[in-house]
Amino acid sequence: MRRYALCLLASWALAAPPIVIRNANVLTVTKGRYQGSILVRDGKIVEAGPKVTIPPDAQVIEAGGQYVMPGIVDPHSHIATESVNEGSVSVSSMVSVEDVLDPEDIAIYRALAGGVTTIAVMHGSANAVGGQCTVIKLRWGRDARGLLFEGAPPILKFAMGENPKRRGSLPSLLPGVTVQPRYPATRMGVEDVMRQAFLEARAYREEWRRYEEKRQRGEPAIPPRRDLRLEPLVEVLEGRRLAHVHCYRADEILAVLRLSQEFNFRIPALIHVLEGYKVAREIAAAGAGASTFTDWWAYKVEAYDAIPYNAALMVRKGVLVSLNSDSAELMRHMNQEAAKTIKYGGLSEDEALALITINPARQLGVDKRVGSIEPGKDADLVFFDRHPLSNYAKVLRVMIEGQIYFDRDRDMSRRAELEARKKALLERAREREKKQAPARRRPA
Amino acid sequence: MRRISRWAIMWIAAVLCVRAAPPSVFAIRGARVVTVSGPVIEKGTVVIRDGLIADVGASVPIPADAWVIEAEGLTVYPGLIDALSSLGMPEAAAQTAGTVRATSRSQQPAPAPAPTPPQTPEAKPAQGPEDRPSNTSWLRAADLITPGDSRLETARSAGFTAAVTFPQRGIFAGQGAVIALGGERAGEMVIAAPAGLYLTLTTAGFTSFPGSLMGVLAYIRQVYLDAEHYRLAKELYARHPASVPRPAYDRALEGVLEAPRVLLPASRAVEIDRMLRFAAELKLNAVLYGGHEAHRVAALLKKSGVPVLVSLRWPERSRDADPEQVESLRVLEFREMAPSTPAALAKEGVRFAFYADGLWSQRELVRAVRRALEAGLSQADAVRAFTLSAAEIYGVADRLGSIEKGKIANLIVTDGELFQEKTRVKYVFVDGRKYEPLPEAPPEEGGRAEPSEEVVQ
Repeated sequence: MRRYALCLLASWALAAPPIVIRNANVLTVTKGRYQGSILVRDGKIVEAGPKVTIPPDAQVIEAGGQYVMPGIVDPHSHIATESVNEGSVSVSSMVSVEDVLDPEDIAIYRALAGGVTTIAVMHGSANAVGGQCTVIKLRWGRDARGLLFEGAPPILKFAMGENPKRRGSLPSLLPGVTVQPRYPATRMGVEDVMRQAFLEARAYREEWRRYEEKRQRGEPAIPPRRDLRLEPLVEVLEGRRLAHVHCYRADEILAVLRLSQEFNFRIPALIHVLEGYKVAREIAAAGAGASTFTDWWAYKVEAYDAIPYNAALMVRKGVLVSLNSDSAELMRHMNQEAAKTIKYGGLSEDEALALITINPARQLGVDKRVGSIEPGKDADLVFFDRHPLSNYAKVLRVMIEGQIYFDRDRDMSRRAELEARKKALLERAREREKKQAPARRRPA
Repeated sequence: MRRISRWAIMWIAAVLCVRAAPPSVFAIRGARVVTVSGPVIEKGTVVIRDGLIADVGASVPIPADAWVIEAEGLTVYPGLIDALSSLGMPEAAAQTAGTVRATSRSQQPAPAPAPTPPQTPEAKPAQGPEDRPSNTSWLRAADLITPGDSRLETARSAGFTAAVTFPQRGIFAGQGAVIALGGERAGEMVIAAPAGLYLTLTTAGFTSFPGSLMGVLAYIRQVYLDAEHYRLAKELYARHPASVPRPAYDRALEGVLEAPRVLLPASRAVEIDRMLRFAAELKLNAVLYGGHEAHRVAALLKKSGVPVLVSLRWPERSRDADPEQVESLRVLEFREMAPSTPAALAKEGVRFAFYADGLWSQRELVRAVRRALEAGLSQADAVRAFTLSAAEIYGVADRLGSIEKGKIANLIVTDGELFQEKTRVKYVFVDGRKYEPLPEAPPEEGGRAEPSEEVVQ
């Protein structure tokens, strides 16, 4: 029901009048900060500046000094999906998160309430070559297809270190139960699995090339079997799919950078990369990006040598750095995560905000559409009651493509109604249970 | 002389009654006849001959050789069809309550019987789609029927005369068959086969592929690609045996290729949307089963043209659920609204049929259907969803599903309107054979049937 109401709303929004946001403290991220207005038409930012044209039919939103920043981009999360890991095999590139998107995951709405508008829904890190990942916009209320970020390049997840090698030496937890160990059991084995996978992908591409030649010569030929496991790897080799690599230790970071050079593909985002500060120069030289946490560490051995200055140090060495949540909870206060990089490392306000907006947008290949407040970009805007880098800042409203998807006042006012509905439903369920329970025989 | 002849006739008749085969000609006279395919005949006669409906109408002659059933005040319906069932399947018969689980999530709390994949002699975990894990698409329900399954009689006594029954295990569980719920030998029971390939989204756990829902979907996608490739390779080989390598025979793909339709699980609206897109992508002739939240996406279903089998096991809180657990509004809505699905589908014009999902006893069945009726489903639509609609979905409407001349004589005779608590099934006809229903069992100690497990979070 809600979905249709929103679709209706969406179609109305397309034909809707232009929107003018007035008297806002606008944090553009890429073009500094100004006090003024934003003109939105057909879901796009048309003008942004102290003064904008106000069309006669415009709907005016009076911001009254509220802070408006671009919607937050989270390049690594696991919400809105019904599965995270296909952990049975070391190369699971045949699976795709897009197949199992869950547009009704309440975590979407909660992330919206934290100002997040674009996320990458990632496969987990259980295996060296993980699954296919998808970039979505948090258009709460739309169906799975309605969430997809149209035109965003697809992603393939890779993982180094403890998670992918753990199953290689898994002890039996129960007596008598043998767990089939899975190659690899070591860090060097992880790299080997990746290399083998890429070599297989090359051979697969070659097989198709030979078939095409044969076909053109007019010889009878069976097309090769399409292999859903190798196709995404071919796409990575051909630059049509982004490689995001989960990693922690400096030695592994270097190993995967070497692998990327060997097979000639770029890594737009090394994920977590807690020891990135040790090899920041090498990361920058390889043209790779990094997406890290500010102060989340020590949850396993490879995550111990971490410092809160990681993001800032990598920024200073010229790495394209972003922050990611990896968690439905952390995701709801990414603005505070960004603020920490000012305290630890002395980034400027704009640099700090870039870590959660334009930088992740670049790592996901969607920076032409989102990540900053500039004419021509999507009107994905977050309204805060005070500066978003303040601990006290609250999200008041979130707009995606000119449409409001979260409104704090509306949320608060609907709570009583939802509570009442819930109470009524519980009551009905209880009655049903009573009616359906058979009359128990009473003791004589 | 005359006295003697009368005596002789009586004697002969008595001998016939004792020794002859059961009658093959019946006339049910003076009954209200709900034909389903046409208007209700308020007072009419149905004539059964040799397993088929020989005649039906308000005034049809009673054949001289007919066994006449005076049915004043009684109602004749087409026999009910359980549109997705495990009736007659040996593995399911062995379990106490064989229910067909609807969705990925609903499988999790009550896991299906440990999958003992009969297809892999070695116990090595599957490493990918090429190992064809949980794929027994070559299994045919028609080959597996166990006429001794005691559940057949329970279901028949509630008014079921046919079922579309499937092997139950694995992701590609096997080929179904439309079977009659009566008959001496397994072969006689089969009305049509194969009826379709039954797919589930069962995961194999963390150590064997596929271990996740997305893994299962990727696997199914790969199998369909492989099947298409296999078909091409076989064709090409047949034309050029001297220059093209011979493709290896793959029974898992043979089964996939021969299936006339595919049954896919989808209960929540999100799952229905997902499965409709999946079926369209793979160009499957799909039928969805589960359907509990289809009321939210009826328009989408209508547009797709994909029929839905609605499980009558409405979602309820599990009996051993934590009483302290705070449940979300969404879960409560899901349970509350599920029985409104049939009415919503009928209103939208989506083709749907019911399946009992293990609720084969008269009491459980009536209780479940009544919830749909109370949520707005018309009596006529309810009857249709159990009869002609099911037959249409499986392409057997030329022989099943309504009371028409020439159709199989699968009928039930009741003493009132079907799906009323007080209504009893008096006679059941399967393939023209008359059965008397079992006496109603007393209410079981301990209570209601276990509802289907929670599906939403």
